[in-house]
Amino acid sequence: MHTQVTTKQVKQLDRVIIRFAGDSGDGMQLTGDRFTQESAAYGNDLSTLPNFPAEIRAPQGTLPGVSSFQVHFADHDILTPGDAPDVLVAMNPAALRANLGDLPAGATIIVDTHDFSARNLTKAGYTTSPLEDESLAAYAVHPLDLTGMTVEAVKEFGLSRKDAARAKNMFALGLLSWMYGRPTESTIAFLERRFAKVEDIRDANITAYKAGWNFGETTEAFVVRYEIKPAPMAPGTYRNITGNLALAYGLIASAVRSGLPLFLGSYPITPASDILHELSKHKAFGVTTFQAEDEIAGIGAALGAAFSGGLGVTTTSGPGIALKSETIGLAVMTELPLIVIDVQRGGPSTGLPTKTEQADLLQAMFGRNGESPVPIVAPQSPGDCFDAALEAARIAVTYRTPVMLLSDGMLANGSEPWRIPELDELPEIDPEFATPGEGEFMPYEREAATLARPWAIPGTAGLEHRIGGLEKADGNGNISYDPANHDFMVRTRQAKVDRIAESLPPLEVDDPSAKDGQGAKVLVLGWGSTYGPIGAGCRRVRNAGFNVAQVHLRHLNPFPKDLGEILKRYDKVLVPEMNLGQLGLLVRSKYLVDAVGYHQVNGMPLKAAALAHAIADLVAEAEGIEVPLGVWGETVVKEHVQ
Amino acid sequence: MSTIDVPTPGMRSGIELVPTADGPQTAKEFTSDQEVRWCPGCGDYAVLKAVQGFLPDLGLRRENIVFVSGIGCSSRFPYYLDTFGMHSIHGRAPAIATGIATTRSDLSVWVVTGDGDALSIGGNHLIHALRRNINMTILLFNNRIYGLTKGQYSPTSEPGKVTKSTPMGSLDHPFNPVSLALGAEATFVARTIDSDRKHLTSVLSAAAAHRGTSLVEIYQNCPIFNDGAFDAIKDRDPSAASVIPLVDGEPIRFGPPDSSGGASYGLVRDRASGGVKVAEVAEVGEDAVLVHDSRAADPTTAFAISRLTDAGYLHRAPIGIFRQVERPTYDDLAREQIGTAREKAPGSTEDRLAALIAGGDTWTVV
Repeated sequence: MHTQVTTKQVKQLDRVIIRFAGDSGDGMQLTGDRFTQESAAYGNDLSTLPNFPAEIRAPQGTLPGVSSFQVHFADHDILTPGDAPDVLVAMNPAALRANLGDLPAGATIIVDTHDFSARNLTKAGYTTSPLEDESLAAYAVHPLDLTGMTVEAVKEFGLSRKDAARAKNMFALGLLSWMYGRPTESTIAFLERRFAKVEDIRDANITAYKAGWNFGETTEAFVVRYEIKPAPMAPGTYRNITGNLALAYGLIASAVRSGLPLFLGSYPITPASDILHELSKHKAFGVTTFQAEDEIAGIGAALGAAFSGGLGVTTTSGPGIALKSETIGLAVMTELPLIVIDVQRGGPSTGLPTKTEQADLLQAMFGRNGESPVPIVAPQSPGDCFDAALEAARIAVTYRTPVMLLSDGMLANGSEPWRIPELDELPEIDPEFATPGEGEFMPYEREAATLARPWAIPGTAGLEHRIGGLEKADGNGNISYDPANHDFMVRTRQAKVDRIAESLPPLEVDDPSAKDGQGAKVLVLGWGSTYGPIGAGCRRVRNAGFNVAQVHLRHLNPFPKDLGEILKRYDKVLVPEMNLGQLGLLVRSKYLVDAVGYHQVNGMPLKAAALAHAIADLVAEAEGIEVPLGVWGETVVKEHVQ
Repeated sequence: MSTIDVPTPGMRSGIELVPTADGPQTAKEFTSDQEVRWCPGCGDYAVLKAVQGFLPDLGLRRENIVFVSGIGCSSRFPYYLDTFGMHSIHGRAPAIATGIATTRSDLSVWVVTGDGDALSIGGNHLIHALRRNINMTILLFNNRIYGLTKGQYSPTSEPGKVTKSTPMGSLDHPFNPVSLALGAEATFVARTIDSDRKHLTSVLSAAAAHRGTSLVEIYQNCPIFNDGAFDAIKDRDPSAASVIPLVDGEPIRFGPPDSSGGASYGLVRDRASGGVKVAEVAEVGEDAVLVHDSRAADPTTAFAISRLTDAGYLHRAPIGIFRQVERPTYDDLAREQIGTAREKAPGSTEDRLAALIAGGDTWTVV
């Protein structure tokens, strides 16, 4: 394949956002994923946003059937998949129509004209073809018969027309790979592996991919190709990783570091099922995956495993947490280590299964009967899911408690470059099983520092004991209905969870202006997957010349010890969330700060530009100044973000 | 989807991987220091005594025995045994026990449950434990009433039962727990009675020896809310012809002796229905009487026999082991898959973990 381009002009860009959009069956997720891998291998920083319907195959050519994959790649550190695409690749009329609203004026549209028949236009809700009227005048449109060119390119393999046309996504990928100078080796190797058993399909896909590349190089439709240099990154070995994969690896690493056999009890649910799929491949690490009859059995079996000395884990999404609540309460009462993973999606009820949201925080905090405190941790990016899993395991095992880990759909399916850690960087987790001592065994006697009770597993002579959901007497753990004992035990279970704060490092406050003694008056506080958009929003405000501080929480329960003091240092606190103000409610009630919320619950990640405006408004109020953002308030910023 | 033939391990006893006690044990050693708090006259006392008497005979180390229960009167059971135990939440004991049995092959796992716990709120977990054939024994105390919530009808109560929640009589048709278990692909299904300690103990022995899920329905009298529910069955007068005894290799005969001296009734094939019916042996001849075979591969006859249990007030019921067949257990197979995967994975765990998280496509920044 040619990689030397002499006839075309090469233009330098610092970052590009591309969205691939097509029908659910068009292979857009695969196309986006391959483009991402190529960009990762090239050394760009990147962030991705897959977006697909809950229906497996919605009616072909319709708006509900549109699936898309957005990738943002840059020559510098970036935090989000980007607010708006610079380039849209639309494989049919519905994909064009469904995504057009997100495009800023001047954006490039590459559109496959093959399916622009009257019937398909009607299905997509067009009365006239947008390629023939003036409706796309604001964009740089490249109408191309991608399907036709693909079918022509692969005809030597004698495939049916339908099978031949299916390689059109690889043609599109080849074209975009040419346009942005992506390395092609990894995709060709991937196609060779993926279709190893079906030679003609393999050859057709590789041929279509190369044909797309060559088309870019020879056609006069494209006169410019672009170069986005590798991004400077901290030294280390990197890979691209999604949140669900990082979470699965974090759980396996937790099992290896603790020496405990990993037991996953789970029931399939979007968007958490990939963790079950991944863990089921790793039995060689002693991993047991139990696909249960329901959510309740999934967590029940995990708790049984924990009682027996395993690292019990259950994975689900919000509706599953609702079903597991009673068992989480039992784990609180029996004080057994248990990791409960909620990959949040749009709610309530079945809600938006494939879209993201972070509206399960209060469910995690309070969604059980009685005073039932549960520690909560949240990852902030796809790669960070690895560390969050290890932290959940550390807390669960050290404090003998169920721990809730709140991921979300955006983290689960999104990806980013991840520096692969050395094993000795990972925390040690010591299960410290109870051993027989002098006298009667006291299953509810506590360790002074952590208030943790002994983890006494079956098979240990002398430690026979009974636990359960009824209130325990302090010390011996027998059933107790004594009023004073209940009061004491309720307070002790809470105190044990509060005690976790002693083991947490101080919060990191990101405020570049603090160095020169100036310091911001506005703090933005967030948790979970909003880390990227909040960080990008803060950078925009700083680039416009104003000050703002950012704190992002890994621990939602208990809060780090210094959070209250940090909040009080600022005149204004903004809490952006993909819910109606759940962290806001918690910090307002705990610290009596007048935190201001910024809420978006549309199933999509927060947008940096909109956040920048929300921050700017508060900066203006706090400092009594005008805060013009200029270009930094626009959806698409052409300047280089520092 | 393709399927893979999972290897069938050799058939083993239910307790063969559980460490045995160093010497003889006594019932006292298995009795905890907790005061037993069931109502006076409750059938649960008899079952507890029988289990405490039976466990020493099993010869296992106490610390390797785990009793798990749900919620209900009978679910207090684990507190009274000096083994490991968990009194869990309503209906979920089979799910929790599944995690225990799958994690540890060296434990003897027992579930204690009732008709409400196992068949109402926990019905789903029960049937799935049975089909998976997890190595555990489920003792289902059936008193045909809710006791702990004070007297509502249960999913095994006879239709028309007048209780606090059904003043005009209950409308639900009941479950027959044995039929349900057989329909759920159970490999071991038995029925016994709280008051017959000898029979109860013999069934417990067979259930513990069975590798897989053993379901033992125990007819248990609730003297407060459903007293006398099993009186007809407990009537030792053979003329009552209430108990149909199931003994392997024996013709299934019951009732008062006829002129030949044998029991006058027997179970025979019913050609009209394809099921099994009661006939007078004098009429059909001895050769027509079914010989009980709990090890028959096909559960059809066992199911047909289970249907001879009254759905309404209990006048007659088959008692004994309906079915005991060998089938690989889920937990053994799960451990075997792990073993196979480990054999195929070279290198230390740490090296394999490092290779796993690195994956294939990496790049290095210096």
